[in-house]
Amino acid sequence: MINRRDFMKLSAVGGGAVFLSGLSQITQAAAAYDDFYFVQLSDSHWGYQGPANPEANNTLRKAVETVNGLELQPDFIMFTGDLTHTTDDPKERRKRLTEFRDIVSDLKVKNVHFIPGEHDASLDNGAAFKEFFGETHYSFDHKGVHFVTLDNVSDPGASIGEAQLAWLAADLAKQARDARIVVFTHRPLFDLVPKWDWATRDGAKVVQILMEYPNVTVFYGHIHQENHHMTGHIAHHSAKSLVFPLPAPGSQDKRTPLPWNPAAPFSGLGFREVEAEDKPFQLKITEFPVTRA
Amino acid sequence: MDLQISKGWKIGTACLAILALVSIGAAHSAAPKTGKERVVKVVAKRFIYTPNEIILKAGVPARLEFTSLDFVHGFKVPDLDIRVDLPPGKVTTVHLTPQKAGVYDFLCDNFCGVGHEEMSGKIIVKD
Repeated sequence: MINRRDFMKLSAVGGGAVFLSGLSQITQAAAAYDDFYFVQLSDSHWGYQGPANPEANNTLRKAVETVNGLELQPDFIMFTGDLTHTTDDPKERRKRLTEFRDIVSDLKVKNVHFIPGEHDASLDNGAAFKEFFGETHYSFDHKGVHFVTLDNVSDPGASIGEAQLAWLAADLAKQARDARIVVFTHRPLFDLVPKWDWATRDGAKVVQILMEYPNVTVFYGHIHQENHHMTGHIAHHSAKSLVFPLPAPGSQDKRTPLPWNPAAPFSGLGFREVEAEDKPFQLKITEFPVTRA
Repeated sequence: MDLQISKGWKIGTACLAILALVSIGAAHSAAPKTGKERVVKVVAKRFIYTPNEIILKAGVPARLEFTSLDFVHGFKVPDLDIRVDLPPGKVTTVHLTPQKAGVYDFLCDNFCGVGHEEMSGKIIVKD
């Protein structure tokens, strides 16, 4: 029988690039651990209508189909924000959240986590999001890894705020210093491109807290493309979107969406698998397109 | 207190390119004497600053007077380490003395709606 690790080697061939994240410093493993993988989906912007994606009404559904078609299903799925495209109308916002929830309810995997993006939450401080998906920041444990989600979007100014920072510090204080910690958030926690608003206003305070722990990796969305960055020993990995790609960080004056390519529809879009492997512990990232041949 | 100085004399990060002071309620501000300042009035509304190009002269003090019409927009100039909220119903003043010619991007950094990503502009400092 094929094991998980062998399967990932095979799936990587069809999936795309594989990126090994840090955490290799671990020498003392946490108590119970088992190989597993999760899927990160991000920035579906359900409700968007525009030339950057004339197939916006189908893209999320195609991604759901592709995830459901994975031979081995993930232990859980994480959506890292901008589930919906923003609207001023509270009723329309809830309609979009309803439609989004209905579509992703077709996922085979039922262990699905959500955090908001600024398009979901900044205009009502997360009120509608909470009605549908609960708290905007929380933590959970899975097979020896501690997962933390952070909300840097319910404040329209992209601040996490002192209360959430205190919660984060208290949450992590319960962990062993060498715990395996994975953080999910929407915006980058570091100043990637401040002039494009690709930052978190008090992200440096989060990083300062995280720096106390040697085995931390951050996964985020917001920038609609794969990007890998280190702050000290902490690796930050952004995900592709499910609506339209954005230009490379700082590569042009404005962060306007890249044009839709009719010859290669859905190009630049996708999702990722992240396999948590033991011995040595590492996070193996495999990128997938929205649709697979 | 009438005066809220949220940013004291600020030495910009870009090669000491600018000196800035932000205040709300200029009449009560401890800002520099206004006689020599160049005054630029800026209106912020979703999703544009008017004007969105602000032309200043290096070494000449300037006073930017912001009026927001509809939202607590932000005004952030990353390369000059300037940021301030622009609450509607009052004038928000930024005093600055650009020291070095160049183009400095600014943006709204408070998410204000579907056109937020487009709400930006440039400060053009000339010798």
